[in-house]
Amino acid sequence: MRVGIVTFPGSNCDYDAFAAFRHVLGCPVEFLWHADPDLKDVDCVILPGGFSFGDYLRAGAIARFSPVMKSVIAFAETGGLVWGICNGFQVLLEAGLLPGAMRKNASLRFVCDWVRLRVENVKTPFTRGCRPGQILRMPIAHAEGNYYADTEVLGELERTGRVVLRYVNADGVPARAANPNGSRHSIAGIVNAQGNVMGMMPHPERAVEAILGSADGLALFGSLLGVGVAGSGTEIGPGRPAERRARV
Amino acid sequence: MTVTGTVTVRLKEGVLDPQGQTIRRALEQMGYTELGSVRTGKTFEITMDAPDIATAQTRLQEMSAKLLANPVVETFAVEVHA
Repeated sequence: MRVGIVTFPGSNCDYDAFAAFRHVLGCPVEFLWHADPDLKDVDCVILPGGFSFGDYLRAGAIARFSPVMKSVIAFAETGGLVWGICNGFQVLLEAGLLPGAMRKNASLRFVCDWVRLRVENVKTPFTRGCRPGQILRMPIAHAEGNYYADTEVLGELERTGRVVLRYVNADGVPARAANPNGSRHSIAGIVNAQGNVMGMMPHPERAVEAILGSADGLALFGSLLGVGVAGSGTEIGPGRPAERRARV
Repeated sequence: MTVTGTVTVRLKEGVLDPQGQTIRRALEQMGYTELGSVRTGKTFEITMDAPDIATAQTRLQEMSAKLLANPVVETFAVEVHA
């Protein structure tokens, strides 16, 4: 699989994603430029984290109209794999590729922390290597991750298994104290109806090696690339050794 | 002619506004105890060339729906002045 990573003005996790795919997983990677509609025949497009266009107006609102996004939308509509991380999730919402919108965090603070995520659906291309209910530890870093959709849309997301990742506490249960931004239903990540477009606020690309504090992001990258990943994916945090590594 | 448009973007009713709540609490602490709710929003002052007011209104309406407001959580109102 060849992966394309989009760089918008203000993207700052594009090289983290590059390092995860290229250096940790040995996957061919192309950078895609926001002003160039060419997707370079990649099999999966990553919209990385950062502050595209300075988060002016609303996070993702301006990036969504970039020339590259016209191609990304057409690519997604024909079944192409698109994965938005953090700011990338915000861009996908603004583009209408995923339902809902982001509000400012309930705390009104930029939150930079480690969270636990429960994998709610293992039938997506992004989670097919995970166990149902598997807990993943990875960082978050955002000011607008407070996911909102009206009750009707939320009901549909829940009924159809499109809530893929949920913030949970140490017992693996969603709880107010374990929800870092106030998102409805503790939602951390969702997919579209066809399952080929995923958006998530946490940063799997910052959790791909023990030295980073967790390698649980590999469970998702491994799923996408069809690579087995060892380990149970629990109880890894900053300062703790992680034994798991991708078996490439 | 050159016209000026004002677009006001507001959060939809029912959408939580943590900024508004925080501002409300601050105002209350300052002694303004008569407050109901405080809701935040944005305004855009836009100057443009248009053949007439109606055209400007239509164009601004379109811009607001496409970019200035996010219809999932926001509503908008357009006002045009000659």
